[in-house]
Amino acid sequence: MTEQIERESGGIRTVEVPRSAASPRVWKFGDDIDTDAIIPGRFLTINDPAELARHAFEGTRDEFAQSVLPGDVVVGGRNFGMGSSREHAPLALKGAGIRYIVAESFARIFYRNAINIGLLPLTTPSTDGFADGAEIAVDPSGGRVTVDGKEFPVEPVPEFLQRIADAGGLIEYARIVGEVETCSTTSR
Amino acid sequence: MGSTLVEKVFSRRCGSDVRAGEVVMAPVDAAMIHDITGPLAIRTFLEMGGERVFDPARVVMLFDHQVPADSIPAAENQAIMRRFAAEQGILNYDLREGVCHQVVLEKGRAAPGEIVIGSDSHTCMYGAVGAFATGVGSTDMGFALRFGALYFRVPETVRATVTGAFPERVGPKDLILSIIGDIGADGATYRAVEFCGEAVSSMGMAGRMTLCNMAIEMGAKAGIVPPDETTWDYVRARRPDIEPFPLASDPGADLADSRTYDVGEFEPQVAVPHNVDNVVPVSRVAGTHVDQVFIGSCTNGRYEDLAEAASVLGDGQFSDRVRVIVIPASRDEYLKALRAGLIERFVEAGALVEAPCCGPCMGGAFGLIAPGEVSLSTSNRNFRGRQGSAEGLVYLASAATAAASAVRGEITDPREV
Ligand code: SF4
Repeated sequence: MTEQIERESGGIRTVEVPRSAASPRVWKFGDDIDTDAIIPGRFLTINDPAELARHAFEGTRDEFAQSVLPGDVVVGGRNFGMGSSREHAPLALKGAGIRYIVAESFARIFYRNAINIGLLPLTTPSTDGFADGAEIAVDPSGGRVTVDGKEFPVEPVPEFLQRIADAGGLIEYARIVGEVETCSTTSR
Repeated sequence: MGSTLVEKVFSRRCGSDVRAGEVVMAPVDAAMIHDITGPLAIRTFLEMGGERVFDPARVVMLFDHQVPADSIPAAENQAIMRRFAAEQGILNYDLREGVCHQVVLEKGRAAPGEIVIGSDSHTCMYGAVGAFATGVGSTDMGFALRFGALYFRVPETVRATVTGAFPERVGPKDLILSIIGDIGADGATYRAVEFCGEAVSSMGMAGRMTLCNMAIEMGAKAGIVPPDETTWDYVRARRPDIEPFPLASDPGADLADSRTYDVGEFEPQVAVPHNVDNVVPVSRVAGTHVDQVFIGSCTNGRYEDLAEAASVLGDGQFSDRVRVIVIPASRDEYLKALRAGLIERFVEAGALVEAPCCGPCMGGAFGLIAPGEVSLSTSNRNFRGRQGSAEGLVYLASAATAAASAVRGEITDPREV
């Protein structure tokens, strides 16, 4: 994880992050990345995102936890996040400063967990053109990502989940709604 | 247009016609939390401003993944949950009863037509009793604990019709592995898989649980078996107040996909590393050396599985080269096996028999494998690193294949022992 350096100069406190988070990079993964790979079972007694982040992809891609920077983007192929319902998996990525995950498709529980904790999972038809380490800019409201200067489309999140995403996650959403109307339906 | 079984469950609980694709804030009949995902769910419940859970009688709490606590953080997590249960008046089964999914069904906490959630992906197992049951994360669980309801996108249904009679030493685990091999690890994502046909209706509850348990391994939101006499007998033994009612898909219901399997010619199946959908007949991997055999888990830790393993073992011995770990899925299953003499037989043959819990299944507690080691397991996942070292190899198979392999010290067709 990044070491944050705090400086005081002329009364203004700035936080410097080595290798600017203004140039986020792609962390490229393949198909069927499972939640045991994202955070192995032996770390599930940990509930703190920053602490979980130190073990993200441990054993399968150790350099991730060592050199990921806030703002970097995790990119997967098909079925990203398959397996367990452990929310520790998206939390570990959030703790590492990830905000967006772009993949060709997501496993259902992971997808919903990510939105619930304030991460945005975005779907794109193919991630073949996303090279590991490439510079990436995500523009979810514009429906696109730019990778090394090339644009790719991303699909919007379904409407009912977008409301949760807009609130910043399900906890914030629950605080706003206060109570729920059981058996209310919205189509798709 | 007819409705699917799953559409009927939602329509029934919501009192209006609900269709696949609709998003509905549906009431939750029961919510299960365990020692791994429970503490986070409690935290999110509190962060959402929760004070009292929606209904303490509908919350199922127990500990199974790291029991008895194997580390101080695990002990702390369990202490947090015990306190929460006491404050809220929730019945906590603690570490006494066994693996969460087995216990939910055994205690009658899921029934036909109910909507049940658990903060564990294999919650889909309760489809065995005709409930709509699905795994959710801790934040969704916190929301459900607070409001007693949760957003669901009503899933489309994939039907797997299974015909024929199982040959000897071939059973539900071999069937579900080959269905997963056919449909693929993400082939049923967002969908419900309905299992029917004569091979399913002639199956006991244990086999139906094995089928529904692994629906998530094809990405499915739920697995479900239409309730029949076998189901109602099982449920009414636990919830005598429930009157049976008809619950099945209409003949004209809209299906996303429909597949047919004939088990008459089936061979035992094995999922090879590192994905559950890498499924091959046992003959293709027979002879592979194994270091550890695990017979247990919510998938195959029931009495029927242990009895099958014991019958393959006969009066023989497990190989000295293999560490054999047997864990009954629950206290009830343990007692049944104990009284039938199975436990004694396993211990005599050289196995370690542990108290009901998840054990090596998740690689979180004991029974981890070293780099380069091979585990053959009756559980449901063979992901890289799932049972210990990421350089280890995990194969999945039935209890019969596991027992045969434990006897020979290499992957073995149970029909040869
Ligand atoms: S036995 Fe395995 S799959 Fe079942 S609940 Fe425990 S860890 Fe999960």
